[in-house]
Amino acid sequence: MNIRAQVSMVFHLDKCIGCHTCSVACKNIWTDRKGTEYMWWNNVETMPGTGYPTLWEDPEKYTGGWENQEGKLRLKLHWRLGGLSNIFFNPYLPTVDDYYEPWTYEYENLFNAPEGDDQPTARAISMITGKPMEIEAGPNWDDDLGGSPVYAKNDPNLEGLTEEERQQLNELERVVFFYLPRICNHCLNPGCAAACPAGAIYKRGEDGIVLLSQEKCRAWRMCISGCPYKKTYFNWSTGKSEKCILCYPRLESGQPPACFHACVGRIRYLGILLYDADRIEGVANVADADLVDAQRSMIRDPEDPQVVAAARANGISDAMIDSARKSPVYKFVKKWRLALPLHPDFRTLPMLFYVPPMLPVLAKVKDGHYDLPGASDGRLAPLLSSLQQARMPLRYMASLFSAGNEETVAAVYRKLIAVRIYMRAQRVKDVPEAEVQEALAQGKTTPEEAEAIFRLTSLPTFEERFVVPPLAREAAIEQTLDPFTHKPEAGFGFRQAPERRW
Amino acid sequence: MFDIVLFVGFPYVAVILAVLVGIYRYFNDRFSYSSFSSQFLENRRLFWGSVPWHYGIIIVLLAHLLAALFPGAWASLIGSPVRLYAMEVTGLALALLSLVGLTLLILRRLRNTRILSVTTAMDWVLLVALVAQVALGFWVALFYRWGSDWYLRTAVPWLVSLLKLNPQIQYVTVLPWVVKLHMLGGFLIIALFPFTRLVHVVTFPITYLWRPYQVVIWNRETWTSREKVQ
Repeated sequence: MNIRAQVSMVFHLDKCIGCHTCSVACKNIWTDRKGTEYMWWNNVETMPGTGYPTLWEDPEKYTGGWENQEGKLRLKLHWRLGGLSNIFFNPYLPTVDDYYEPWTYEYENLFNAPEGDDQPTARAISMITGKPMEIEAGPNWDDDLGGSPVYAKNDPNLEGLTEEERQQLNELERVVFFYLPRICNHCLNPGCAAACPAGAIYKRGEDGIVLLSQEKCRAWRMCISGCPYKKTYFNWSTGKSEKCILCYPRLESGQPPACFHACVGRIRYLGILLYDADRIEGVANVADADLVDAQRSMIRDPEDPQVVAAARANGISDAMIDSARKSPVYKFVKKWRLALPLHPDFRTLPMLFYVPPMLPVLAKVKDGHYDLPGASDGRLAPLLSSLQQARMPLRYMASLFSAGNEETVAAVYRKLIAVRIYMRAQRVKDVPEAEVQEALAQGKTTPEEAEAIFRLTSLPTFEERFVVPPLAREAAIEQTLDPFTHKPEAGFGFRQAPERRW
Repeated sequence: MFDIVLFVGFPYVAVILAVLVGIYRYFNDRFSYSSFSSQFLENRRLFWGSVPWHYGIIIVLLAHLLAALFPGAWASLIGSPVRLYAMEVTGLALALLSLVGLTLLILRRLRNTRILSVTTAMDWVLLVALVAQVALGFWVALFYRWGSDWYLRTAVPWLVSLLKLNPQIQYVTVLPWVVKLHMLGGFLIIALFPFTRLVHVVTFPITYLWRPYQVVIWNRETWTSREKVQ
């Protein structure tokens, strides 16, 4: 047992309102420099949709992640020598057009234009070339299903759905969608790090944050293809790749990352998970249907004395282990089994987990009025029947969150439904006791657990949502500098601007 | 006297510049060590330029280097007429390949406004030097035939003498001016190396062949670690 700590995350999709506050918070801090204008380390996608960059989920397009080839785990992008031979031209690299060309407007023209008969206009100016451009795509071009017959119909997750089911998704007045906020997953088996020829991408031992060394990166640009989530980005100006750093300077000073802090819907949770690093390769290599369970099983209980001993042996501090015990992520992922990794089929073992959204409105229009199937049979029936008759088919959710294993997703939904019915019985008191018991049994949960899930979902405090681990910033400083030298000099260091100089 | 400046002074200055400035840049501005790939901005034309250019020039350069390092082995390699022909034809073809690739790259850079906006003045200096050097090499290979043979008796002894700090320029001073220009061009590019994006050549990530897939860095290495998975 080789226990390591990992800063992990849960996004509760039922609470996401798609406001993009997270994206803007991140952009304002990290990616408003030249060359990063098009980057959204945090972005929010409308599902179904093709996402950002376009069709990032299509496993054949950019060949990110890993695959199980004859029992061996293999990087999908290339084998080692093959990677070096493709170094002069990466055949699977998305270009800026797969994201969008960043632009601004010629605002000065509104003030400086010579007097004339026409009102002056502010033309769109490319932020790459500085020349006028036609805008053909932009951030969240298909937000809220904008142009969905064009964009959303290409969503790779729709593949398993019948033509009828696809039609239903787009039916007028029945259009269905939900939001999917995405940041770097800080994977246990990162494809970006494995693909980088220079070895510039590394995992921090103490907290598992995946970082990209700006001094080691040589623009071989394999990480961009190697990350199946397309969460490493190429800075076309500095000739370096960049990625989400999980706001580690904030974490190290006890604050949650900016996107977490800014989240209006309070959908985000952050905490430590302890996991067994010896099992990384084995878990990443199991059959598709078992991926979620295998990943859950490598996450270990911080109360287990054996796990604690192994963690101590690896130098994980008691304060860190204590933080792992309070972790909301541990509860959602392991204890309650409600949160699932996004696209576990990429086999990178992502450590950002999602509570799938309860299926949007269930009613169908029948004879001019909304009809909830089975509504007359009490509370439970319509909710449970919805699993089969869901407007957004379970198969779609399974494609996103469980590598196609519908039972894994259904189990999550049964528990979420049980919590709703139980809490309604507690608060509104209009659900028969027998039905509550049946819901709890089907959801494999207890009144205590349902209560706890409800609390952490609906009424958590700031400190309950974000259990920021003690990252011992002083230890990070000591790595390169004497702390007493660092303290009086911090903020006065000579740093070079990140731009081309030679 | 002028020959001494060109064939003794200039090569030494070029190599010293390359080493000293290269080291200085590595330790003081490592951030600037990059290939500055522009593939992200333009994908299609890059393929037809970059692949022929790199594969052509790498093999040609290796041939220059290996012949200079192992002249004996090289001499026996081209010992029979058939093998000499094969060597000459291959060399000529590769030179043409890299010349075509480089030309396509330059045209791409000139015609694409996105690429033009990430091009520095030193990029142009380097491109002009490279295209002139490859064109000269192609010219020499075409009109002064059997270069794979006479190279061993002219440039190689001169290079070896430079390496031994006992410069003997009589091997090269009598050669035609095109050949001399090609030799000086080589050292010009060495001199340009530390000031341009050419530095990416020495950072070729050969260690990728054996490094662990996952790199883990710990703040302190007091415990079991530097544990690397896979």
